Amino acid sequence: MQNNKKSAGAFFSGLVKQQIFIPLAALLILALFNLIMDPSFFKITLGYNSVGDPVLNGYLVTILDYGSELAILAIGMTLVTAASGGQDISVGATIAIAGSVILRMLCGGQTTTDHYCVPLIVAFLVAVVASMAFGAFNGVLVAYFRIQPMIATLILFTAGRSIAAWINNNELPIVNVNSFGYFGGYIPGVPIPTPFFIAVLCVVVIALVMKFTNLKLYTQAVGINESSSRLNGLNPEFIKLISFVILGICVAVVGLIKVSRLSTINYSVIAKDIEMDAILAVALGGNALGGGKFNIWASILGAYVIQFLTTTLYKFEVQSDALPAYKAVVVIVLVVLSAPVVREKLAGLGKKMKSKEVA
Amino acid sequence: MKEKSVLEMRGICKSFPGVRALHDVDFTLCEGEIHALMGENGAGKSTLIKVLTGVYEKDEGEIFLKGLDKAAVIRSPQDAQKLGISTVYQEITLCPNLSVAENMYIGRDGQKGVSWKKMNADAEKILKTLDIPAKASRQLSNYSIAIQQMVAIARAVDMDCKVLILDEPTSSLDEQEVEKLFGLMRDLRAKGVGIIFVTHFLDQVYEVCDKITVLRDGGLVGEYEIADLPRVKLVSKMLGKELDDMSDIKTDSVVYEGADKDAKVFVAEGLQSNAGIKPFDFYIKKGEVNGFTGLLGSGRSECVRAIFGADPVIAGSLKKNGKHIKIKKPIDAMKQGIAYLPEDRKVDGIVGDLSVRDNIILAEQVLKGFFHPYSKAEAKKLAEEYIKLLEIKTASADTPIKSLSGGNQQKVILARWLLTHPEYLILDEPTRGIDVGTKIEIQKLVLKLASEGMSVTFISSETDEMIRTCSRLIVMRDRRVVGELGSDELTQNKIMSTIAGGEHDAK
Amino acid sequence: MASEKNTTAKKSSWFKNVSDTNLLLTITIVVFFVMYLAAMLFLGSGFLKPQAFFNILNAQAALIITACGMSLVMITGGIDISVGGVVALVSMCCAVYLDFGGGNPYTAILVALAIGLAFGLVQGFLVAYLDIQPFIVSLAGMFFARGMTTIVHTNPFNVENEAFNKLKMTRVIIPGMGSVNKIGKYVDAYVEIGVVVAVLIVVILFCVLRWTKLGRAFYAVGGNQQSALMLGINVKRTKFIAHLICSLLAGIGGYVYFLHVGSGSPSHASGMEMNAIASSIIGGTMLTGGVGNIIGTFFGVLSLSTIQNIVSSAGLDQAWWTGITVAAMLCIFLVVQSVIMARKKKA
Repeated sequence: MQNNKKSAGAFFSGLVKQQIFIPLAALLILALFNLIMDPSFFKITLGYNSVGDPVLNGYLVTILDYGSELAILAIGMTLVTAASGGQDISVGATIAIAGSVILRMLCGGQTTTDHYCVPLIVAFLVAVVASMAFGAFNGVLVAYFRIQPMIATLILFTAGRSIAAWINNNELPIVNVNSFGYFGGYIPGVPIPTPFFIAVLCVVVIALVMKFTNLKLYTQAVGINESSSRLNGLNPEFIKLISFVILGICVAVVGLIKVSRLSTINYSVIAKDIEMDAILAVALGGNALGGGKFNIWASILGAYVIQFLTTTLYKFEVQSDALPAYKAVVVIVLVVLSAPVVREKLAGLGKKMKSKEVA
Repeated sequence: MKEKSVLEMRGICKSFPGVRALHDVDFTLCEGEIHALMGENGAGKSTLIKVLTGVYEKDEGEIFLKGLDKAAVIRSPQDAQKLGISTVYQEITLCPNLSVAENMYIGRDGQKGVSWKKMNADAEKILKTLDIPAKASRQLSNYSIAIQQMVAIARAVDMDCKVLILDEPTSSLDEQEVEKLFGLMRDLRAKGVGIIFVTHFLDQVYEVCDKITVLRDGGLVGEYEIADLPRVKLVSKMLGKELDDMSDIKTDSVVYEGADKDAKVFVAEGLQSNAGIKPFDFYIKKGEVNGFTGLLGSGRSECVRAIFGADPVIAGSLKKNGKHIKIKKPIDAMKQGIAYLPEDRKVDGIVGDLSVRDNIILAEQVLKGFFHPYSKAEAKKLAEEYIKLLEIKTASADTPIKSLSGGNQQKVILARWLLTHPEYLILDEPTRGIDVGTKIEIQKLVLKLASEGMSVTFISSETDEMIRTCSRLIVMRDRRVVGELGSDELTQNKIMSTIAGGEHDAK
Repeated sequence: MASEKNTTAKKSSWFKNVSDTNLLLTITIVVFFVMYLAAMLFLGSGFLKPQAFFNILNAQAALIITACGMSLVMITGGIDISVGGVVALVSMCCAVYLDFGGGNPYTAILVALAIGLAFGLVQGFLVAYLDIQPFIVSLAGMFFARGMTTIVHTNPFNVENEAFNKLKMTRVIIPGMGSVNKIGKYVDAYVEIGVVVAVLIVVILFCVLRWTKLGRAFYAVGGNQQSALMLGINVKRTKFIAHLICSLLAGIGGYVYFLHVGSGSPSHASGMEMNAIASSIIGGTMLTGGVGNIIGTFFGVLSLSTIQNIVSSAGLDQAWWTGITVAAMLCIFLVVQSVIMARKKKA
């Protein structure tokens, strides 16, 4: 018994040092909270949607659905954070641009359409190129003009939604094609929301990229010591630029999901505050916001945890506008717990537990 | 407390997670003495100083200061300052965005507000008496590192201190500036200030110090009068073993004897970078060790950086085995088989948070290209091979490099470049700030590599080290090459006179 | 010809010798005057009367106050994006207090200060003593303030309190600056009370930053935190105070904002934190810390709103143009700053 406890203490202090500990612990606390308050939170039912296709319902499904958007963004945001030591706060605005571009292409300049004016894939690729271009704009400011990322992206943050509105002349085009709704909803016959599959696809792609390229090593080296990286033959500017361009691709994917959910767009509301959630996902994943070493899986887990939190709050009928207040409290608790100063004390506590038991 | 002592530290202990940095260390400093604190890297000198200045809090022990009837409480640098302890650190600890005068006065006790006029006038006066070529009202970042260091010294000296700590202040100063500093130290000694002097340069210790305290592995070895401790003995105390005669290294080693030993591998003509050096010519033969020498700031590093493409080249040409090559950036040089170990290990060398393994494979990984990463197993195998080969002391290949000692970090950087199997290895101050034992290991390694056919350029501030390793020296002064010394001319005197100019100002 | 050469030589040595802070300050002031003069010349009427200038001040008094706090935090190398939220929360709380709590407008000031103080204490503690990144802390602060605003009261409403409306309408007449209006009547130029507060704060902060030890400590901490510690500055306390002052100023700014608009709404002051950051940057404060000036921030706010006025007077009054011009201006300033600093480093 005593032996057991001792190893538990050691296990605890060991686990506290692991990066994935933070999002995992947060997830556990949230799950426990819900279990105690109302176990029905975890209920999943099979129902039928308005078109008559089978779909899964339940809070967990919602988390899977909306958390996937965040997870996709978290991939790019982690890379940007690692390489540049800052965050891109323009993702919400560029999602609006990407969505606007997709709608403009599909509607061909009309306000409404019941067929694709161009093939969907073409519209999507154009949006990808556009987002990559805006990502590159941020990247150039950060990498070549050496402007702090937060500030450089403040430019698009301020102007992005205006640009999105300008692309469609401030109209709100509507796409009345069934298949367009698949990306943000359900593919007929598949009861799991499509964004989850898109997120899985993105995760697989980034996993393959990290396995078969030096992306991780290069990004980390540049993020930790730029000058040393240069002398080792790397091109730090280019790597930073690339990280912003990759984030651009993620943004376009999320843009597609977002406009697909509505079949239209609302420039001032679409993906509002999503940059904050994406940054929180990275931070919750235990990645240093000052750049350097990163763990992309922890960020992705962090994204779902953030969505878990949002959904929990919604369940307790918190008004959507008041949501941020509760989120902020949780966030503060989490960052305080994960602050090195506090963690050191925690680890020390674990050690003390151990030594007490030995005595 | 003894009558003449200004500072006594008794039974100081300090541990960091997993490391016992100081164990029961005593240290006594008397009025009007210059006291050298010696020890290898990791011996605990810096920790002891940081305990004294309140950067670290000690675990056990007591500190007594003259004029205080009980043990002093030092919890922060402010406390130390108030108690009359002022410090000059090896790294510049000034604020680059403030003016020179502000850097001298900020954070000190005195009147509540800031009177710019008075402050500038006072600062100007001190700068003048110390002969420091800086203007009080100008922003500090406008000045070179050496002048910034002098400003830091001016600040410390001007504070009415009882104890002055100089933690390797000379590493960025040139000889004249060092002399100036020594003069200053002697003046202060005459006024009764106790000075603690930490340095790696043995010559300097014997030039100015009265007493030596030696630390090893976090423990006290002993306190000695300078006259009682000859140089060889000091080194053996620091190392904890009798020194094998250092001068034997060269005679032991084998010289490269390949048929192509006279072939010039790299030839530079009129090379010039934007870092402010005059165009220079240069060549290196296969299996040769040559060196750039000159005072700090004479352009030694800038020359090799130009060859490696670290600074943009604006004129001149480079040939490899007779063929023109173009080097615009480091990767170009790496592809031509050049490796460069930079001067500033912390800023340009290590990638602090990455593991030893990632640090070792970094350069080779860049050479192999973005799409050809090593598998985990391969990387581990390579890293472990080099850790063994260079006897790098690390807990594992996964340990972050920043937690290694300076000498071991340097070995990791060396391993990084050896892994790329270069034809030409440039080592810019590879032995600076690392312990004597590792220094000798590195020198031996250089000679061994050369005997196997690698060309090496070796730069060091210590001339005896250059004499031991190099067979040819290129001498620089004021950013231009002023002479070249062959193996038969390599003596201290000859090198010094060439550096200083005068009759040898040929070419 | 010769004299021209002489001036360029002199200029370049000035360029080399001037501190980063003063260099950026000079640029800001020059840009503002050039812009305003251009507006007077080409757009005429709207910009010619002195009152036009005072109207900018009236509208932006709250922004000036919060931007000053922002600059302070940015000088120490931090950032505080919660200020917009705090302003909204303060105006909502004051509005509720006046209309439903039966308070008077003077005790409402205490409410504003208390809210600012609370945010400052918590955020300052987390940033300075627990060493958590200011961006994350104030992000949470912003979320919290915005959410709380909705919780305090959901719908926007106008304050009907009489004493308050009297205070709101109080005008400070600027002698000699009046002009004749359309029907030939002479109208005095005026500013609102908020402007007086704002100017007072600018002056006080400028003096604090320039002539007190604390003020110089802000710069030292922003320049190099480690060095500042070694130089004997209490870095943690300095950072704490900077965040405390910033939040307090956001509280005061919130009250001034409330005094100007006379209503409470969850959507008040949206994007104000970004405007404050933008003003600070245009005013020559660098986010890396250690460089900046309150006078510059003042002119930063004026430049920002002048360009907005120019854009809307030029007929580009669709909502998106304001966003795009502010962004464009920020972009130009950032690039210019970065280029100048890079060149200075070389010189």
